[in-house]
Amino acid sequence: MTALTDPPKESFRLSMLIYDTRYRSMTIQVVALMGFMLLFAWIISNTLQNLSALGKPVDFGFLFEPAGYDINQRLIEYNSQSTHLRAAFVGLLNTLLVAALGCALATILGVIIGVLRLSKNWLVARLMTVYVEAFRNVPVLLWIVLVMAIMIETMPPPRDFRGDNPSASMLLGDSVAVTNRGVYIPEPLFSRGLGDISVFGAFDISLDLIAILIALFGGIYASKLVKRRADRIQEATGDRPTTWYIRLGLVVLPTLAVLIALGFHLGYPELKGFNFKGGIHMRNSLIALWLALSLYTAAFIAEAVRAGILAISKGQTEAAYALGLSRSQTMNLVILPQAARVIIPPLISQYLNLTKNSSLAIAVGYMDITGTLGGITMNQTGRELESILLLMAIYLSISLSISAVMNWYNKRVKLVER
Amino acid sequence: MKKTVFLGALAVTGLAAGAAAAGTLDDVKARGKLNCGVTTGLVGFAAPDANGVWEGFDVAVCRAVAAAIFGDPTAVEFIPTTGKTRFTALASGEVDMLARNTTWTFTRDVDLKFEFVGINYYDGQGFMVPKSLGVSSAKELDGATVCIQTGTTTELNLADFFRSNNMSYEPVPIETNAEAQQQFLAGACDVYTTDASGLAATRATFENPGDYVILPEIISKEPLGPLVRHGDNAWGDLVRWTLNALISAEELGITSANIDELRKGTNNPEINRILGTEGNLGEMLGLSADWAYNAIKAGGNYGELFEKNIGENTPIGLSRGLNAQWKDGGLIYSPPFR
Repeated sequence: MTALTDPPKESFRLSMLIYDTRYRSMTIQVVALMGFMLLFAWIISNTLQNLSALGKPVDFGFLFEPAGYDINQRLIEYNSQSTHLRAAFVGLLNTLLVAALGCALATILGVIIGVLRLSKNWLVARLMTVYVEAFRNVPVLLWIVLVMAIMIETMPPPRDFRGDNPSASMLLGDSVAVTNRGVYIPEPLFSRGLGDISVFGAFDISLDLIAILIALFGGIYASKLVKRRADRIQEATGDRPTTWYIRLGLVVLPTLAVLIALGFHLGYPELKGFNFKGGIHMRNSLIALWLALSLYTAAFIAEAVRAGILAISKGQTEAAYALGLSRSQTMNLVILPQAARVIIPPLISQYLNLTKNSSLAIAVGYMDITGTLGGITMNQTGRELESILLLMAIYLSISLSISAVMNWYNKRVKLVER
Repeated sequence: MKKTVFLGALAVTGLAAGAAAAGTLDDVKARGKLNCGVTTGLVGFAAPDANGVWEGFDVAVCRAVAAAIFGDPTAVEFIPTTGKTRFTALASGEVDMLARNTTWTFTRDVDLKFEFVGINYYDGQGFMVPKSLGVSSAKELDGATVCIQTGTTTELNLADFFRSNNMSYEPVPIETNAEAQQQFLAGACDVYTTDASGLAATRATFENPGDYVILPEIISKEPLGPLVRHGDNAWGDLVRWTLNALISAEELGITSANIDELRKGTNNPEINRILGTEGNLGEMLGLSADWAYNAIKAGGNYGELFEKNIGENTPIGLSRGLNAQWKDGGLIYSPPFR
């Protein structure tokens, strides 16, 4: 008779960490991780030690000292007596402004150019090929400097607008002035404005803007409801009620009513003293950076759009034609929505590129976060390590935020598989 | 990432200076030439001529130091630096000294750990405007657009000046002098502000210098001088006393024309000590006895250098003003050679 017994359990021995294949890989990983951490700890402690030997221990206190310099483009209240922190914030807002403007324009241009590059018209398609190749094969810094040089050298200085017989004149019924210091456009003003509210005592937010945005988004939401109702009716009966005038009215009318209630009017730029006063001053540094970044990035987006469209099988187009859809309907309703799934992932990385490339702003003297915190503040305080670390953290969080938003959008338009 | 390099360089030099105060002079002698940091080009102070030979008022200081060490004023390698890179270059040891119209300030001396060895030009920040603007005083500049080099002391002075006079302005930040010139000439800014000497030098290169005026207001003190790293005092002494030799030479009437005559011996003991015919000052610096003779012979004394490079008979046309000898009512003053 034999009794079945369990094989004796092998007790764990230290040498198994190396000789037993079950544990070996884990051992190697742990050792490598520890070595890696040691290396990092050494670098950090070495830096800190050397800095304190130099009498410059890491200290972020400089952020709360007065900056002492002025910034031309400021979206929030700032003067030379404000702190370095606030100067950094002014720069951050400038970065976000040019990034947002740039992403918007680059997307519009990129989609148009990408579609046109596939055009059956030989000339249009070739022209777009030339555009794409020219822009994406020259460093963006050169485009920025070129646009700036064109702005400075070819546009008239403000003094040319002066006198009885000026050599330059304003455009669009004296409402827009194009000068070599930038473009002055009319600004919205409210004669019965609601004033500002202060947030944390640090920033002022215009109540007028909030009121307008509420009216606008309320209108858009109401119009969505009407659309959903129309969809339901179409699904039930096959007939779609004509709703475009209701939807247009729902979006436009409330906003218009708020604008009239606030006493909306335009403030026009006027030549006073050395410069134009009034209106919105879009400095040529902003325009140069915005245009150059948009044109450059649009070339890459155009390629992504073209790839996306080519990825949709020809059968889709033929099926759409067979159903009697027109060319533009086919593109807008059938091809582009499907192509979007292919286009969006590369689009995310182009948005990130544009945002990071905006740090080239210093070439034209645009005061972005690199120009304030990583430029003048760093130079005047001698706090290189602190400034660069902060700067890296800020760019990292901007990029991750853009990624998060775009990934969310990507999930929404993804093909839902069952 | 220039600044991280800067940081590493600072750390390295800090360690090197602490571990062994190795002589910069020995390094220079072993190398056979002096590495001198200058501007990227500011006519009159430091700029290459048509043959590519560097010349100017700051360049002359480098040449004098090289002559004091090697007896040869051409044993210099000139390394052009911008407002941003100059301190990195000096701290990392890429250059042995900096002669680059750099303002002596507290933080640069104490916080950035440099040693200013003296002042070779007393300057102040001024404004330049086109004549057609019809402005005669800086107090009339309310609302003007001002071109300014970033990362300089002038940027802070400008903010203070407009704030204390209750005026507004629009700053246009610029990287280099050349860019500022382009924007200013195109009328993209009404005013260009930097050190008054820099304005005069920049204006001299314009096609029609007469169309531009420098306003009378000087809004800051900008003492410009050569500097070296902290930590090698012997080297600092050498550069300091070479500059002092040039200044004393003017005071005592030693010129490049009569120096050979004076060297035969005079009855003024200080001249004899400077020229090495009496005492052993050169030996104390670790140089030969004729170090100051070579330094002065290289380009002349302080006054001669001033007249030749930036004086009233040059296109730049600066008068001595504060930079006259103390005996003539200026601030240029050298401690005695004793």
